[in-house]
Amino acid sequence: MDPSIAAFLTQDGVTNGAIYALLALALVLVFTVTRVIWIPSGEFVAYGTLTLAGLQLGKAPGIVGLLVAVAIVAALVETVSTIRAREWRRLPRRLALWLGVPLAVAAAVWWAAPRALPLPVQVMLTLAAVTALGPLLYRIVYQPLADASVLVLLIVSVALHFALTGLGLWFFGAEGSRTPAFTDASFKVGELTFSAQSLLVVATSMVLIGALYLFFEHTLYGKALRATAVNRVGARLVGISPSFAGALTFLLAALLCAFCGVLIGPITTVYYESGFMISLKGFVGAIIGGLVSYPLAAAGALLVGLLEAFSSFWASAFKEVIVFTLIIPVLLWRSLTTRHHDEDE
Amino acid sequence: MKHRSFTAVLAAAILSLSADVAFADITIGVTLSATGPAASLGIPEKNTIELLPTSLGGEKVRYIVLDDASDTTRAVTNTRKLITEDKVDVILGSTVTPNSLAMIDIVADAETPMISMAASARIVDPANPKTRWVFKTPQSDSLMADAIAVSMKANGVKTVGYIGFNDAYGESWLGEIKRSAQTAGINIIADEKYNRSDASVTGQVLKLIAANPDAVLIGASGTPGATPQKELVARRYKGRIYQTHGVANPDFLRVCGADCNGTLLPIGPMLVFEQLPESNPVKKVAAQCITQYEAKFGKDSRTTFGGHAYDTFALLSHAVPEALKKAKPGTKEFRAALRDALETSNVVGTHGVFVMSPQDHNGLDNRARVMIRIDNGKWVLVK
Repeated sequence: MDPSIAAFLTQDGVTNGAIYALLALALVLVFTVTRVIWIPSGEFVAYGTLTLAGLQLGKAPGIVGLLVAVAIVAALVETVSTIRAREWRRLPRRLALWLGVPLAVAAAVWWAAPRALPLPVQVMLTLAAVTALGPLLYRIVYQPLADASVLVLLIVSVALHFALTGLGLWFFGAEGSRTPAFTDASFKVGELTFSAQSLLVVATSMVLIGALYLFFEHTLYGKALRATAVNRVGARLVGISPSFAGALTFLLAALLCAFCGVLIGPITTVYYESGFMISLKGFVGAIIGGLVSYPLAAAGALLVGLLEAFSSFWASAFKEVIVFTLIIPVLLWRSLTTRHHDEDE
Repeated sequence: MKHRSFTAVLAAAILSLSADVAFADITIGVTLSATGPAASLGIPEKNTIELLPTSLGGEKVRYIVLDDASDTTRAVTNTRKLITEDKVDVILGSTVTPNSLAMIDIVADAETPMISMAASARIVDPANPKTRWVFKTPQSDSLMADAIAVSMKANGVKTVGYIGFNDAYGESWLGEIKRSAQTAGINIIADEKYNRSDASVTGQVLKLIAANPDAVLIGASGTPGATPQKELVARRYKGRIYQTHGVANPDFLRVCGADCNGTLLPIGPMLVFEQLPESNPVKKVAAQCITQYEAKFGKDSRTTFGGHAYDTFALLSHAVPEALKKAKPGTKEFRAALRDALETSNVVGTHGVFVMSPQDHNGLDNRARVMIRIDNGKWVLVK
């Protein structure tokens, strides 16, 4: 292996690692606040790419219908619980939030689809549509089970994963799609060629990670989420609504996944079911961070990306084996170094 | 196990005797991979089944179409259900090789003929006595691999790099191309693997380019075949690129775009039927199949996989009238007569001419393949 090949592989590994890092952060975020192991995150990635690809082709993607359907269900659930609690005055505001906003997003996507709008606008619409799905699905699927055990939440996640994969096949078809590159530019530094596309991916990931840091450190909502993650009961005692924290978490996580989808679209062909593999690699990264530490999860995801790039060069037949075997030493090391304590449930 | 299948056969036999009085329709059971990883193959097959005529040799035909989700267990369950509950006369499917292989034991025990739409030659391996009941319509990989080796030799290729799926499809192609290349005096100097969902194949492609082969063969099916191709072009690989017939669908062209210009692949002649000479017997059948398909599912929606499904019907439309002379549908005798008739097929299909024999339950020859080139998103016949 000569240095230029090593440089190519590193560049490739860092680019993919940056995408896995975003996913790892989303998984850690969701797990710490809601204790959900969020297996369907990959579907949000795939939906992101495929929705953008659909808009590129001028077709209204199936996600519009899904958005309308889950918004109606969420609004019904919300109405029933509001009526039961006799909080009539809050009903209009809740309906506007759970029904009005998603319907507005769906209408915008549907309106924009045949109009061949510029790429940045289509990206914004895609992000809005996929992000809106996050809190809606939380409201319907996870919130009624918020106090269930981690295992039950995991099983529900698996079910949701299969449901979303099936819907993905229905909406987007069996074949994959690619989205056009944001930029074709590339530039040389000495012997090495960097593509602007991969720099864009890395830069976007860094900006998002930085924004998350600022959000958690310097805003009230961010602090509320952190408080919920540290101690759910305590957070509730000081007036942080757990259902609000859950919905906000899923909003952020879905946004991260939608970003992953938009970023990965020009790099690889995405299928309705390829999200699972991508999220699994993000998951390996998150496991390296013990599902609690953001910096370790991001570092772990980067390691997964690099390991994947180099093992695809040396032993392509065993690439996945090598990547997923990484979990074993990590788990061993974690179980030996961290003191285990049962979760108070 | 033995006991249970015997009971199933007995039950099916008794039920079919009683059903005989009620109706003598021909029942065709179909199990296809319309969802799951092989969905891009299974969906056009399922669409084609919808277009098939509902009468055969003057009898009404009933189709029972089940989805096996590209999953071997489901394919086996479907087959059992079709045989015991629906008492089918013949089973069509499944889409992929592992499923079809798993179904052989069941159809052989139940003495029901089966026509597979999967490629591997092992499905109809004459060395296995159970394949007496099994037929298949797609070309075997060996036939296609020979076509690639011939084309490579004609283009002066001496060394080949291979990159293929890390699964049965890729392994099978690697084995076949090694054999064909050896016969043609071509060396395989690098072989790499990737997965259909891989986000990047940079590592594999860099290694291929470092070996500097005259040509690269990509052993993949559907749109994932575009991933190494795009990477090879991006890394400015100058040699020829070959694909396999697994990629021949419009989505592949859409995803691969300009990066696929000049790529060569072997294919069943139906895909380019317009460009075939009038003398080619396949032309008329293929035209009929594709015109019908595109009328319903849109212009340029054609795939070769739909043709495999259409060919199962072409075989049946020869065999069913023969079998009807001997027995009534729904009986054991009818199924046996159907099997015997299938074995003597000499039928023109969309992919070639099927000349079956007890040793060859596929029956396709060199007429079932042509080399084509991709030219600005179009398939062009290489003369």
